[in-house]
Amino acid sequence: MTMGDHELKLLGMWASPFVLRARLALSFKGLSYEYIEEEIFGNKSALLVKSNPVHKKVPVLIHKDKSICESQIIVEYIDEVFSGTGPSLLPADPYERGVARFWAAYIDDKLFSSFMMMIKGKTSEEKAEGRRQSFAVAKTLEGALKRCSKGKSFFGGDNVGFLDIVLGGFVAWVHTRDILSGSKQFDAGKTPLLAAWERFCALDATKAVKPDVEKLVELSKMRQARDDAAAAAVSQSN
Amino acid sequence: MSPPVKLIGFFGSPYAHRAEAALCLKGVPYELMLEDLFNAKSELLLKLNPIHKKVPVLIHGDRAISESLVIAEYVDETFEGPPLLPSDPYDRAMARFWAHFIENKFIKPFFMAHWLEEGEVREAFVKEAKELLPLLEEQLKGKRFFGGDAPGYLDIAASMLAPTRMAVQEVTGVALINDDDYPALSQWAREYISNEALKPCMPDKDQLLAYFMKNKEMYKAGVKAMLQK
Repeated sequence: MTMGDHELKLLGMWASPFVLRARLALSFKGLSYEYIEEEIFGNKSALLVKSNPVHKKVPVLIHKDKSICESQIIVEYIDEVFSGTGPSLLPADPYERGVARFWAAYIDDKLFSSFMMMIKGKTSEEKAEGRRQSFAVAKTLEGALKRCSKGKSFFGGDNVGFLDIVLGGFVAWVHTRDILSGSKQFDAGKTPLLAAWERFCALDATKAVKPDVEKLVELSKMRQARDDAAAAAVSQSN
Repeated sequence: MSPPVKLIGFFGSPYAHRAEAALCLKGVPYELMLEDLFNAKSELLLKLNPIHKKVPVLIHGDRAISESLVIAEYVDETFEGPPLLPSDPYDRAMARFWAHFIENKFIKPFFMAHWLEEGEVREAFVKEAKELLPLLEEQLKGKRFFGGDAPGYLDIAASMLAPTRMAVQEVTGVALINDDDYPALSQWAREYISNEALKPCMPDKDQLLAYFMKNKEMYKAGVKAMLQK
């Protein structure tokens, strides 16, 4: 993609749910940008280190010559700067914004940590606990969706909003886990609204940026093999 | 006329203080409802913050908002008064970035370095805190407050480095933030606790010290338990 009138660049990594959030926001707003891929297993690029010296992580949005880091902050920034372009992502009402931010914080805290425990847990008990927690989190988010959507399709109501994008970043990971575990994370029996919310993935703006789940499954298996090998090496040297 | 504002808080909670600071800086009158967390959480708290069951909770008419930084933004956006966040979107993003940094990267090692017993684990947290403190010091360079001439959103986010930290420092004897190493942060803390607008919500120094002295063992046990998780 060439840099358009908006003078936007995004440093990203194709498998990152946080990068996906930034891409979703840009996609739903209809903003053009130059996408620069960071290597997963390679060294961090000079541009990344320069534009995010504190965390050295993607995503980083570069707008003209300013760097904005942290996925949720990037989404809010995009919404504020390009308020005239495309739909508004944050709700208009301050209370609804507070509710959305509350749930966004919850997602980054509880959903993320449960997934990390499920994937990176050192023992099978830990992984099982992660899985259990992820279902508890899904149940809670079901309630949040009911509250925020007020009977409509998305957290943002009729249209996709901030919270849909915050959760949407994780949707590729969710589908990857669905395949690897053999059961759905957002089960239609237990969390019907969330299961239906997955229609988010069928939207054109989502499809334009959502990573290939098959590739994510492959990556997941590759990472697991690396972790297993590293763990085996450690235990053999003890 | 706007419905009344109430805040469910707790003396000694730096998170509850953030919410009070936001209200004070914005000039919003409020009724403070103090929880007795050492006994039992109130029915009201459990009802209004069922997810986390924590203070602070802001009550504005029939609305309830939880999470101290979410409350700060709500207060800024809802009420008339001096702005807490800058108006420029990039400056807003930076304020949110540093608040996030404090919340997710800085607080844990910083307070672990204070409350843990001497040893390797504590030393590792001290080292980590010392790597992060210069970043905050840098943000203050040439400014009285993170927000500029007056305290704002980032000062609110950083507020536990003022009254809370000063009390904890005295109780534990750990002086990570000192005039020699971090002159800007040290001066900022003094400015923060003596700021006129924040007077109504600034915890009494002696009372706060007494609170941490009294509950020292509980905090020490608490951080130890956190490590084992």
